[in-house]
Amino acid sequence: MYRYDEFDAKMVRERAEQFRYQVERRIKGELTEDEFKPLRLKNGLYLQLHSYMLRIAVPYGTLAQRQMRQLAFIARKYDRGYGHFTTRTNMQFHWPRLKDVPDILHHLADVEMHCIQTSGNCVRNVTADHFAGAIAGELEDPRPISEIIRQYSSFHPEFNYLPRKFKIAVSATKEDRAAVKWHDIGIEIIKNDAGEIGYRVFVGGGMGRTPYVALEIGHFVSKTDILAYIEAILRVYNEYGRRDNIHKARVKILVHQLGADEFRRQVEVEFAEIKKTGTLQLPPEELKRIEAYFAPPAFEDLPDESPEFDAAVKADKDFANWAKTNLTPHRARGYAIATISLKNIGMTTGDISADQMDGVAQIMDDFGFTEVRVSHEQNLVFPHVRKKDLPAVFARLKALDLATANAGLITDIICCPGLDYCDLANARSIPISMAIQKRFADLERQHDLGEIKIKMSGCINACGHHHAGHIGILGVDKKGVEFYQIQLGGSGAEDASVGEIMGPGFGKDEIVDAIERVVDAYVKLREPGERLLDTYRRVGMTPFKNMVYREQMHAAY
Amino acid sequence: MAAPVPQMLTANRLIDGEVLYWHDGNWVSDFARGDVFDDPKAAEAALEAAKAFMRDNIVVAAYLFDVRRTANGVEPVKEREIIRAAGPSNRTDTGKQAGLGPQEPKDIPPIQL
Repeated sequence: MYRYDEFDAKMVRERAEQFRYQVERRIKGELTEDEFKPLRLKNGLYLQLHSYMLRIAVPYGTLAQRQMRQLAFIARKYDRGYGHFTTRTNMQFHWPRLKDVPDILHHLADVEMHCIQTSGNCVRNVTADHFAGAIAGELEDPRPISEIIRQYSSFHPEFNYLPRKFKIAVSATKEDRAAVKWHDIGIEIIKNDAGEIGYRVFVGGGMGRTPYVALEIGHFVSKTDILAYIEAILRVYNEYGRRDNIHKARVKILVHQLGADEFRRQVEVEFAEIKKTGTLQLPPEELKRIEAYFAPPAFEDLPDESPEFDAAVKADKDFANWAKTNLTPHRARGYAIATISLKNIGMTTGDISADQMDGVAQIMDDFGFTEVRVSHEQNLVFPHVRKKDLPAVFARLKALDLATANAGLITDIICCPGLDYCDLANARSIPISMAIQKRFADLERQHDLGEIKIKMSGCINACGHHHAGHIGILGVDKKGVEFYQIQLGGSGAEDASVGEIMGPGFGKDEIVDAIERVVDAYVKLREPGERLLDTYRRVGMTPFKNMVYREQMHAAY
Repeated sequence: MAAPVPQMLTANRLIDGEVLYWHDGNWVSDFARGDVFDDPKAAEAALEAAKAFMRDNIVVAAYLFDVRRTANGVEPVKEREIIRAAGPSNRTDTGKQAGLGPQEPKDIPPIQL
């Protein structure tokens, strides 16, 4: 994985030291809260409901064991013994004390980590397919270009005060696991007819109160031109994005107002200007240098079949269930990609204890894994596991309470922290998510229901991606009482779509029953092989709505 | 005219973010010890007094919120303030509900930077 050069190391260390003096000046009263707030936000430090919250960048979701161990150390020494992985693949600590944060930043710098640009109106942490470098059908690893974008956009003076935050994601297979069409810029690595690798560039996707799927702006941008093309997009946005209304400030509003053709025309004008100067051309040798950091491990020449694996499937029902959902075929023979669910039934989505972090790092040491991934679905991934090692890895995960067999099933819910932690939330999301998990805990039923993506947010800002859920749940505040709206038909994958609101919302004691009625409706309506999303797309909202509200209407009359 | 809704005054402590409640011209960590204002004028006066603590960089984000008197004592009206007073409802091992010890302002150790 990527290692800091002396410039990276100096930059991150200096930033930590600058923040130390900023905190000191704040506590002494030399800075007011209004003056200090933009400074702390630029370092990922928020003031939340109970305490401060520190958001740590995990670029393209890749962590080494020394980094995982350092996060565990920070969780124990400075927080309450746990952390939370977010839908931007970052880690949040919910209880740090302001006076300790400069020390935490130095501890992070020790392992090449930071909180830079995890907040504020700048280019945020770049995300990528969590199966990068391991999945079959990948044209190339999306992380080198993600790293290059990270370096290019870190402290970029022209783009440090954009109209609003800006999020970029990269994927490299036909299947989209990085939700690229839901990003300000989504990059899909593609191959043209001449066999050259380049980028399809989508712009203007986003969640929030005005959800949009991104439009295709760049049909094929060459490798050397990608930074110039991104800069052209950012320039158009920086100049014409709205600064007068926070709700209309994201690039999605500009793109969808102008339309794809006009936005593309403006980008191309800027792009031509940048090209004329001859700058921002990605030197092939620099690209090679960065790519080398992400070279896959030397895969052993293994047979596809593993007797150890097959025996464990036969002997251990738990292992067989886990293998069924949490393993994905690897591109190398004799290997598998293993998803570690952070969605234990009845536990908080995305939370991980310090002991679990250390345990994961120890597994990495013991089995020779050099990295673990964080997915935007708030799970972890071991990207390269020898099939013959899987039973032993599973046993170790089980001992850590990290072996839940539910990846991609209805209990694998994406969920924001909601009103239990967040200052912006209108309603709780975690307890609802936990209750839904308990309702559908029966594994046989989960398997029968197949792939159902429930995504839940505690407010309209949509950190829990509810617009992209097959079933989306949005928490709202109705006269001081928590209420929940259901959306159906959203997708965060290559067939991205915005979910449609079903109808009136439900109280916190009704929402789980309502979700169960949605699922029961699907079971009644489905045709063989259809996922809930497919059935919804075929039959539309009405049959679902009729079945979900019928009981309520009976009760009301 | 309906009787005014009782209110309490809250803020976060600057140095560590701890949720605090106004009591007798100062701040306490424990919701149950916070002053309840039945008179809106008294509530506004307390908020005005709290501004001095903001100027002195002791607390940030002071505001008033509605409470109600019940058989079990005073409770916040909104879920947000119920959770803020107790801690996250999904993790009762954290927050004030875990009894990790409210630190009164006098207990703050000297700042070492």
